[in-house]
Amino acid sequence: MTTLAASLGRARKSQGAWMAGLAVAVVLWFAIYRQLLPFAQWLVARLPIAPGSHLASSVEFFFYDTPKVLMLLTLVVFAMGVVRSFFSADRTRALLAGKREGLGNIAAAHLGVLTPFCSCSAVPLFVGFVSAGVPLGVTFSFLIAAPMVNEIALGLLFALVGWQVALTYLVFGLSVAIVSGWIIGRLHLESWLEPWVREVRAGDVDLEDEHLSWIDRFEAGWEAVREIVGKVWYWMIAGIAAGAFIHGYVPEALLSGIMGSGSWWSVPAAVLLGIPMYSNAAGIIPVIEALLGKGAAIGTVLAFMMSVIALSLPEMIILRKVLSARLIAVFIAVVASGILTVGFLFNALYS
Amino acid sequence: MKDIKVLGPGCKRCQTTEDMVKTAAASLGLDVAVEKVTDYAEMAKYGVLSTPGIVIDGKVVHAGGLPKEDDLKKWLQA
Repeated sequence: MTTLAASLGRARKSQGAWMAGLAVAVVLWFAIYRQLLPFAQWLVARLPIAPGSHLASSVEFFFYDTPKVLMLLTLVVFAMGVVRSFFSADRTRALLAGKREGLGNIAAAHLGVLTPFCSCSAVPLFVGFVSAGVPLGVTFSFLIAAPMVNEIALGLLFALVGWQVALTYLVFGLSVAIVSGWIIGRLHLESWLEPWVREVRAGDVDLEDEHLSWIDRFEAGWEAVREIVGKVWYWMIAGIAAGAFIHGYVPEALLSGIMGSGSWWSVPAAVLLGIPMYSNAAGIIPVIEALLGKGAAIGTVLAFMMSVIALSLPEMIILRKVLSARLIAVFIAVVASGILTVGFLFNALYS
Repeated sequence: MKDIKVLGPGCKRCQTTEDMVKTAAASLGLDVAVEKVTDYAEMAKYGVLSTPGIVIDGKVVHAGGLPKEDDLKKWLQA
């Protein structure tokens, strides 16, 4: 037992073992992935459910989507974990400090997608950026892009709904972050920060340059899988259950009447509905997949998703520590208008 | 005696980091004082951008994510 553990420990340190293990894992992944639909159908046929009924269609959606989303999630999170090991908040700040608005907003939005960021770091990060001379508007572009273009949402949209929708989500999400940050910068709201934030003189840190090997990066990816998949799996199951219900029971006529492109008010309603709702990307995507399948308009659905992911009450409460209530109101208003625009534009483009 | 501060607003990872520091110090037989810093202004003064951060005798040795056990022992012994 101990020798096995020891040799496993050594294998973890060997780049060759990682490469071989990853190659096997990827092959297995695709082999299993292709069998998921036949397997779900086979399973449903074994159950005492009338074929072709609402229940059968719901149950099949659930049995097919649960392993599918779980596998996709693992793949996406691992890949992102590896990619993110190339970025760090400190490096991003160094890149953005002293950048002008405009170009700075564009760079900040892109870095917001790639820099590892957890919501409990939002405040130190915000203060650290502002005190290091990153313009307020540029900081906001970063802070908006980080949750708005959620890498998990992006990966899952790509796999479940299609690359066109994923790409448009990416482009529009970045645009909202860039434009919103730029507008907030133009408004010159520095005086609306909480007083202590303006007074802080951030200390300089020079961390030893951590030299990461490929093994460290793979381990970072694996660590991300353990942490994120471990944290979101119940959101995901709940989302798939909701999606399965919509898929099997909600009549298409009803949904396309409410969420179709014909009703203009559905976009603002979706955004408003999304603000108090707080779900994880992994939970919301199966719902979206099912809604789209039932004829909901793509702009409305995307607006709903962005609102749920990017505008969340818990995050506002954390940010209240550094921003005045007025600044938070501006933040919500600007981002919500951005999402509204995306929703309307999409509905106009794709209807 | 080493003076160690763990910076973090109190998320789960910060708690885990504090426990890791204590365990590592105990296994090395070091006498340390571990303090948890949850005040944002205090954190900002150290220039830490992502939490959890670890400060040993006034010097930031780590910021963002869980530290590795080997690194932790290296810092503690330095």
